[in-house]
Amino acid sequence: MAAAESSESDEDDLVSYGTALQPLPEGERLKKPVPLQEQTVKDAKGRYQRFHGAFTGGFSAGYFNTVGTKEGWAPSTFVSSRQKRADRTVLGPEDFMDEEDLSEFGIAPKSITTTDDFASKAKDRIKEKARQIAGVVAAIPGTTAFDDLIGPSKITIGVELLRKMGWKEGQGIGPRVKRKPRRQKPDPAVKIYGCALPPGLSEGSEDEEDEYQPENVTFAPKDIMPVDLTPKENIHGLGYKGLDPSQALFGASGREHLNLFTGDSEDTSNLIGDLRPSKGRKLGITGQAFGVGALEEEDDDIYATDTLSKYDTVLKDEEPGDGFYGWTAPKQYKAKKWSEGEVKYTGRILDGFSLASKSSTPSKIYPPPPLPRNYRPVHYFRPVIADGNENCHLQKVLEESTGKLDSDMRQQSRHALNASQRREQLGETGLKGPAPSVLEYLSEKDRERLKKVKQASEQKMKAKIIPQEPQNSRCHSASLDGASHKWLKFLGPQLANAGSSDFKPFAKNPEKQKRYEFFLKSLKQGEEADTLEQYLDPNTTEWEQEREQEEFFRAATFYKSSNSALSSRFTRAKYEDDIDKVEVPRDQENDIDDKETAVKMKMFGKLTRDKFEWHPEKLLCRRFNVPDPYPESSIVGLPKVKRDKYSVFNFLTVPEPTTSVTQATNEKVQQSNSLNKPKKPSRWDVSDKEKEKKDSISEFISLARSKADAQQQQPPVPATEEGRTGLSESLPAEAANEDKNQEEESKPSMDLFKAIFANSSDEKSSSSEEESEEEEQPATSVVDSETTKQVDPPGSSSSNVQENVVAATDPSVPLLPTSKQELDATEEFGPKLPPAFSSGCTWQQEPEVPASFPGPSKREKKRKNRQKHKTKREHKHKKEKVFNLNKLFIDSLTCQSNCFYYLCCYPGLPRPNMKMMF
Amino acid sequence: MAFPQPRPSRPELPRQRVQTLECGQGAVRAVRFNADGNYCLTCGSDKTLKLWNPHKGTALRSYQGHGYEVLDAAGSFDNSQLCSCGADKTVALWDVATGKVLRKYRGHAGKVNCVQFNEEATIIVSGSIDSTVRCWDCRSRRPDPVQVLDEAKDGVSSVKLSNHEILSGSVDGHVRRYDLRAGQLYSDYVGSPITSVCFSKDGQCTLAASLDSTLRLLDKDTGELLGEYKGHRSTTYRLDCVLSERDAHVGCASEDGYVYFWDLVEGSLALSLLVGRGVVQSLCFHPTLPCLLAATEGQVQLWREDSFQAQGDTGT
Repeated sequence: MAAAESSESDEDDLVSYGTALQPLPEGERLKKPVPLQEQTVKDAKGRYQRFHGAFTGGFSAGYFNTVGTKEGWAPSTFVSSRQKRADRTVLGPEDFMDEEDLSEFGIAPKSITTTDDFASKAKDRIKEKARQIAGVVAAIPGTTAFDDLIGPSKITIGVELLRKMGWKEGQGIGPRVKRKPRRQKPDPAVKIYGCALPPGLSEGSEDEEDEYQPENVTFAPKDIMPVDLTPKENIHGLGYKGLDPSQALFGASGREHLNLFTGDSEDTSNLIGDLRPSKGRKLGITGQAFGVGALEEEDDDIYATDTLSKYDTVLKDEEPGDGFYGWTAPKQYKAKKWSEGEVKYTGRILDGFSLASKSSTPSKIYPPPPLPRNYRPVHYFRPVIADGNENCHLQKVLEESTGKLDSDMRQQSRHALNASQRREQLGETGLKGPAPSVLEYLSEKDRERLKKVKQASEQKMKAKIIPQEPQNSRCHSASLDGASHKWLKFLGPQLANAGSSDFKPFAKNPEKQKRYEFFLKSLKQGEEADTLEQYLDPNTTEWEQEREQEEFFRAATFYKSSNSALSSRFTRAKYEDDIDKVEVPRDQENDIDDKETAVKMKMFGKLTRDKFEWHPEKLLCRRFNVPDPYPESSIVGLPKVKRDKYSVFNFLTVPEPTTSVTQATNEKVQQSNSLNKPKKPSRWDVSDKEKEKKDSISEFISLARSKADAQQQQPPVPATEEGRTGLSESLPAEAANEDKNQEEESKPSMDLFKAIFANSSDEKSSSSEEESEEEEQPATSVVDSETTKQVDPPGSSSSNVQENVVAATDPSVPLLPTSKQELDATEEFGPKLPPAFSSGCTWQQEPEVPASFPGPSKREKKRKNRQKHKTKREHKHKKEKVFNLNKLFIDSLTCQSNCFYYLCCYPGLPRPNMKMMF
Repeated sequence: MAFPQPRPSRPELPRQRVQTLECGQGAVRAVRFNADGNYCLTCGSDKTLKLWNPHKGTALRSYQGHGYEVLDAAGSFDNSQLCSCGADKTVALWDVATGKVLRKYRGHAGKVNCVQFNEEATIIVSGSIDSTVRCWDCRSRRPDPVQVLDEAKDGVSSVKLSNHEILSGSVDGHVRRYDLRAGQLYSDYVGSPITSVCFSKDGQCTLAASLDSTLRLLDKDTGELLGEYKGHRSTTYRLDCVLSERDAHVGCASEDGYVYFWDLVEGSLALSLLVGRGVVQSLCFHPTLPCLLAATEGQVQLWREDSFQAQGDTGT
C-alpha cells in the first residue's frame, strides 16, 4: 500500500506501455467474472450446444452440464393444478430432438425418400415397356432389344446378385427346366420377320427338331407371370371384368361393340397387361405406359418386367401343355386337347401322372344288420337291488313285476355263497389254518352264551319275516274298516320294523305306550282290525278309540316313514365309532411265511413285494417339488380303516396286578396304548378281516361283546412279561441266535437291573437318596423296569402285546426265550453298532470310562456270581457304585431315564452288546 | 460333426490307501462325503461331529452339541448345512460355518440310526430304532415332523432319498420305498434284517445289505432280484454298503476288517481291501471318483485308484 501511494504521487515520471484500460464509470461496479455454471456453449439458434446429445449420446448440457437447472430438474409439463390444469401431452421422440435432425437427411427424416442408391428403374420402366412393345409391334421386331444393352450403369443389388448366380436378363428365375427348345426360343431357321409361317410347316418342323436335341439339355425357365389364382373379391358377376380401358380406348373401334363379358382368351392375354399385338394397329400411345385405369382394380404389377421372350415372335398356335395355361386356358384349346373323360378333371395334371383310364371301383356299402323280430325300440330300466334287509321288499316287488320267482333267484345266487358254504356243499373238510375262528379262543361258557344269543336273534328275525306273508292277504280282506284298512295299506310290509326298536312315541303316558305296543304287536302278527280294537282303552268312547287307533297308526307310520326316508339317504355305518374299534391299515401285507419261502427260493418280485397306496403329506410333496399324487384326499400315510377290535386281545390280560402303584399306572398307560393305537398290524388283524366278511358272526360277536365286557376276566397269560420285549428280536433273532446262545452265560443277572431300575425310576419320581433306593423291593422294581420299558416306545408297545399273544397262542411262531436275562440282554433293537475297537486294540482317550470301572471279564464273572448269589450284598453295592456313576453321567446328558444306553466304549470290550437300561 | 465321445475308461476301484485320518473322537460311527465329495464328515462316539478335507487330511471343524454318540450325518447340497443324528434320539441341523446347532428335532423314541437331506435341503429324513422314519421340515419352525412313516415293524437302520422317493431299510427285513410322485409304498421283503440300503446312480435299482451276509440288488420297479453278492461277513453289526461311482461295482464293509467289492453285473468278487483288524464301521463312496472312505477303529482311511498320484503326498 505504501508503494502504491508513492506511485500515485509521482505519476508523471513513469513511462506507460500499452493501452490503458478504460476507466471504470463512476458508480458502476466491477464486472463479475462469469460463473462456471453459466459458461455454457450455445449454438446458433441459442440452444445449449450439446456436448453429447440425446440421440448421439446424452442430453443437452444444462446446469453444470446436466439436464437440470440450478433448482433441480423440473418436468416441463408440471403445471400447478390450482391455477390451471395441465393438458396431457403425448411426447414423442421428436419433442426432444432438434429441428435439424428432423430434416430430410437428419437422423429422423419425417418423410420416406429413396436415395439414389436404392432407386430402382421404376420411372423408366413404363417408357421402356412402351419402347419394347413398339419394337414388337413395329415392322422389324426385336430392334429395341438393343436398348437393353445400353442400360443405366446403376443396376439394383438384386439384379446384380441374380447375375452373379448366373441369371441373364430376359430369363426367368428358378430352376432350369427341361423343355423343347422350340418353345423356349424360336429356331433361327424358321425365324421370319414380320410374316407368319404357314401353319403346317411350323407344326411339322417342331416335331422333327426335337430329335436333334440331347436329352440332358436344360433351359432357363421362362420369365412369365405365374397364373395368379386370385379369389373373387368383388361383387361383380362371374366373368365380369369391368370396363377395360385398353378396349375402351383402342379396341372399341375395331370391334362390334364393347363386350364386358369377354372370354378366357382375353383374360390370359391381359395377364401380360398389354394390347393384343395381333391387332397390328399402330397407336400413338401403347403398352403399360398408360398405366392402370381408374376403373381397373389391379395395379399390383408394378414391378413386372416385360421382355421379348414373353412374346411369340412367330405366329403359330398356342403352345399346348405349357405351364402358362392352366385351367385358364382358352376354351377352344381345352375342348380340342382333352378327351371326354378328362373334361371332368379341372386341375392341371402333374408331370408323370395321367388320368386313370377306368375309375376305381366304388366302395361297397353293407346294409345294416336286420333287427330281431321281437325287437321293440323301447328300453325299460330295472334298478339293480342290492341284497339287504332294507331293500328286500322292494326287491320282492321288482321280482314279482319281472315275473321272476323267488326260488329262481335262490338258484342263481350261487355267487352269493361264501367260501364255507361252498365248502359245505362240496363236502370238504374245513381248513386248519393258522387263523381259526374267534370262537375257538373263547371259553366254553362264552361260546354257550354266544350260541344262545345267536339262536335268540335268529328266532327274532324269523318272527320278523313271518308276518309279512299274512299282511298281503290282510290287505285284501274286506273286513277292515275304512281307516285301519287305509292305514294298514299305508304301513304296508315295513310295519315289521316299527315295533322292533326303542321308539316310544307315547313315553309320557306309559299306559298308552303299552297299548301302542300291544297294538303294534298284534298288527304285526297279522290280526284283524277288529281285534286290534280290543287293545284300545275300553274306558273310552268309541270316538276316542277311533282316534287313538288312528294315532297309533300315525305313530307307526311316522316312525316307519322317517326311518325309511332317512335310511334311503344314509348307509349303515360300517364301523361303529367305538373304542373297541381300531384303525388298521386298509391294505394288509402278504403273509410273511409266504414271503419267507419266496425269499428262500429266491423268487423275489411279486411274491415278496407289497404295494400300498400311500399318501404323502402335502407339505412333504411341496418340499420335494413333487405334485401331490392325491390332491383331494385328506389321508396321510396308508389309508386306514376301522376294524373290530373284538379279538382275543380283549380276553387276554395285560400284566397281573402287583403291589406297586407306579406299576399299576404304567399298566393303565400301556392298556390305553394298546387300545388306542395299535398301529402295527398283526396276523390277528388278518383273521379279523375274515371275520368281518362273515357278517353274521361278527354281528353275534358284537352282541355278545357287551355282555362279555362285563366279565372280561383276563386270564393270566404265562410268559407275557418275558415275551414282550422279545418282539423286535424276532427277526434279528434268527441271525443273531448263535450270539445269544453264546452270550447267555455272560448275561447280567436280574438284580443288577433291579438295582439300576430301582435307582433310576425312583430318582425320577421322587429324587430321593440313593441309599433309600436300595431298600426298594426287588420284585416291584423289576416290574417297574419292565413297564417303563414298554411305555417308552409308544409305537411298539402295543405291538409288543400283540406279538405276545402270537407267541403265546400260535405254535408256528418260534418260541421266544423265556428267561428274563436273555431278553434283557437283547434290548438293543436291530443290528448292533460295530464295536469301537477290536479286542487287543486299546484306545487311549476314553471320556466315558469311569475310573473305578472294573475290567469287562471281571465284570462278567461278577455278573455270573450275582446270578448265583442274588442276596450277596457287597456285590450289589459295588455294582451300584458303578451304575450310579453311569447314571450321573447320563443325567448330565439330560437324557430320559427310561431309554437304552449302549456303552460300548469300554476299552478292550470283546462284545459290543454291553448295553444297559436306565 | 461332433467328435466321438472318448472311449470311457474302465471303471477303477480304489486300491491304494492315500490318507489316514486319525479322528480322535472315539469310534467313528459313520463317515460321509459331502455332496461334491471334497469334504467328509465323521461321526464320533464321543458326541462330536467332525468336518474334514480327506484329500488333504486336514480337520476343518468339530461340531459339538449331541448328547450322545453321533450315528449318522449328511451335508446339504450347498454345503451350508449339516444334519446329524445320534443315540440321544435327536436330529440336529447345523450351520457349517458357525458350528452352531440351528435346529434340534426331538420326537424319535429311540436312537436315530440314519439321517438324510433331500435334494434341496428342505427336509431331513431320519430313521430310528423306534421303527419310524420321520420327515422334518428345515424351513419352518414347527417342532413336529412333517410326516411319520411308521410302516416298519422294527427299527429303521438305513434311509436314502432320491428326488422323489424315500428308501428305508428296516430290521424287519423289508426294504420300503415311498414314492411321493406316485403316492405308493413298495415294500420288498428280503428276509433278513436290513443293515443298509442305497439307490443305484441310475435310479433303477436298490441295493440292500442284510444280516445274512448278503447284498441284494433289487429292481426298483418290480422288486425282482437282479444280483446277489456274498463273501463278506455281516451277521451282527450295522454295516454300510455302497455302489461305486459308475454303478460298476458293489461294495460292502465286513466284520473281518475287509471291504469287499463285487462286479455289479457278474457278481464276482472284484476286490477285497484290508482296512483294519476290527470291524469296518462305515463306508462312503465318492460321488464322482473312484475314491472310498472307510472307517475303522477311530480312524478313517481314504482309498484311491491305482493310477492316482497324491499331489502333496501328505499322507502317512
